Amino acid sequence: MKSKLANTVAAAALASGGMLMGGASHALAEDLTLCWASWDPANALVELSKEFEAQSGHKMSFEFVPWPNFADRMLNELNSGGQLCDLMIGDSQWIGGSAENGHYVKLNDFFEKEKIDMGDFIPATVTGYAEWPKNTPNYWALPAFGDVVGWTYRKDWFSRPELQAEFKEKHGRDLDVPKTLEELKQIAEFFQGREIDGNTVYGASIYTERGSEGITMGVTNALYNYGFKYQNPDKPYELEGFVNSPEAVAGLEFYKSLYDCCTPPGSSDWYMSENIDAYKSGQVAMQMNFAFIWPGVEADPNVGGGKSGYFPNPAGPGGHFAQLGGQGISVVSYSSKRDAALEYIKWFAQPEVQKKWWEAGGYSALRAVVEDPGFATSQPYAQTFLDSMAIVKDFWAEPAYASLLLPMQERVHNFVVAGQGTAQEALNGLVRDWDEVFEDEGKK
Amino acid sequence: MSDSLADHAASATPPVVAKRIRSLSERAIAWIFVAPTIVILLAINIFPLVWTIYLSFTNYRVNRPNKDVEFIGLRNYKRILSDPDIWVTMQATAHFLIWTIVFQVLIGFTLAYLINKKFKGNDLWTTIIVLPMMLSPAVVGNFWTFLYQPQIGLFNGFISLFTGVDPASFSMIGDVALAPWAIVIVDTWMWTPFVMLICLAGLRSIPDSIYEAAECDRASNWRQFWTITIPMVLPFLMLAVLFRGIENFKMFDLVVQLTGGGPGNLTTLTSIDLKREAFEKWRTGYASAYAVILFVTVFGLASIYVKALNRVKQR
Repeated sequence: MKSKLANTVAAAALASGGMLMGGASHALAEDLTLCWASWDPANALVELSKEFEAQSGHKMSFEFVPWPNFADRMLNELNSGGQLCDLMIGDSQWIGGSAENGHYVKLNDFFEKEKIDMGDFIPATVTGYAEWPKNTPNYWALPAFGDVVGWTYRKDWFSRPELQAEFKEKHGRDLDVPKTLEELKQIAEFFQGREIDGNTVYGASIYTERGSEGITMGVTNALYNYGFKYQNPDKPYELEGFVNSPEAVAGLEFYKSLYDCCTPPGSSDWYMSENIDAYKSGQVAMQMNFAFIWPGVEADPNVGGGKSGYFPNPAGPGGHFAQLGGQGISVVSYSSKRDAALEYIKWFAQPEVQKKWWEAGGYSALRAVVEDPGFATSQPYAQTFLDSMAIVKDFWAEPAYASLLLPMQERVHNFVVAGQGTAQEALNGLVRDWDEVFEDEGKK
Repeated sequence: MSDSLADHAASATPPVVAKRIRSLSERAIAWIFVAPTIVILLAINIFPLVWTIYLSFTNYRVNRPNKDVEFIGLRNYKRILSDPDIWVTMQATAHFLIWTIVFQVLIGFTLAYLINKKFKGNDLWTTIIVLPMMLSPAVVGNFWTFLYQPQIGLFNGFISLFTGVDPASFSMIGDVALAPWAIVIVDTWMWTPFVMLICLAGLRSIPDSIYEAAECDRASNWRQFWTITIPMVLPFLMLAVLFRGIENFKMFDLVVQLTGGGPGNLTTLTSIDLKREAFEKWRTGYASAYAVILFVTVFGLASIYVKALNRVKQR
């Protein structure tokens, strides 16, 4: 009887101990939701995150929204204090608003504690994706995905002897990667309406999308390189004479001339996916697009495997820049699983994980990865990515960024696509719109 | 046995409660039944309206909870009414509204008139004609972007077949002159069946005896059409116009999918513009003033129209 009682007590103790342990492990394992755009890199991250799940015991869920609705959907989520997302890979321009409105957790203490050094990341990505205010050591995100607008071209078409000869005769130089925007336009004009392999092809597909941010992300690649500036470098928020300078007007006129002369019919509302489709289906000789598409191009049976080449946005008379894309990963302040979310960022920041990220098709912003001697030759587009990241410039990242973006979409689309008014009128109107926003913000 | 409201209510409730109900007045019972509806209406209709009017006089931004809300008087209203872009949007909306209604009424009535004639396959044709209105506007907008594609789109191919124009030479949704018509065509395609059904109901409500009497008086078909058919169907037609007018004034999904408001802002209807101000720019106060102006406009126009409709009905 005594031994039976002892056995019962021991069994009860074991059972309760087991329950306690089970309970403890259940409390530690969280179900984290990561929110991002729905695109190829997101799928790569899902695969990569399985390693985090195995190591940490946390379960990862994902909420991916297509690009045209991404900002709309996710900013609504943040503004309403929603708890859907524990981790947010938000667009670079959201950083100001998300920092000032308390949507993101400030990561300085966490970085210090975990010895994550922002000096280990590409400087442009730290400024673009993590800092607010800009150029101050206040970090709200870890650079997660480096991205930049660049160009993809049909290397196989460019190398055809008959086209080479015809182009040389016409322009006195080889049909090759353009060094300037003017050269790019000449090449686009050369291909526009040409018959290649029995199909009519066109010069280039460029960003013209009206609804979200498309045409702005495209036109800035011309504006920057002609001399457009967002503000007086010596007097912040002074726009007159910078946004609508003669150089900026020339840049806008260039973009319109490129749209008018050398794009496929019906490309009046095109952004990333439409440009990819046009390129992969053999409609265009060149496409403007963010670098994230390059792994997909390389893998494509029609245009991959050496048929395509890549080059950074060509220089203009006023400089050499390219529009920054990409995102940082942040912890949403409304999340009840903050510790687990920080654990994910700690895991993601590790050099070996970042290396795997690049191999999986994600553009790591970690210098240890991109400065590795073998990086530039690791993929056909790796050198172009490095060259492009060295010349990036970004749109406003102010808290009122959406109020600044929408008038630009409207003014630029009105001029470039609808052909209404002049470039000068469009940019003068933009100055008025932006002045009004900054007045409302109390910054003027 | 008394059949008062209190007795009816008491008979359907447990005895303890029934006793209390019997002691209530008719008016109190009526209020108890109506109160939940009134509370819900106040909460989801009247309060938001009053709150919107209040916000329209402030600089409130819903995405900036930490920012002080200032009372700025009529500044939002002045800005809206003096903004030339708003008038472009209003013009785009008026163009869309007027032409969709004109086409839908003309085609819808014609189809109803034809379908009303008894012929073989009548029911099948009716079913085929009403199919478009059963689709989601977002889906319709999306697939019409493909139909309008200059290189592969069936619409351009169809036009090319009849006119000989190169299909790649024009873009319905990218061309300044054509885009406003592109959205009119799609809305007409989708919603003409709705107008047709209402007109059909009107035509079928006309008693045959009236036509028989007209034939006895040797009235021609043309005369019968103008003096019997049109006046009898007119209230139905006016109702269809009211429905389509209200629906198209708040049109959003179809046009967003089709053109995104472009090229430029040529197809940016007021509902699209309002949504951008409220939920993309997050200018809540400004958007509230915009909503109030639209509400007053629609309410005013609808009131005048309903009065006219009642007059036609009384004739």
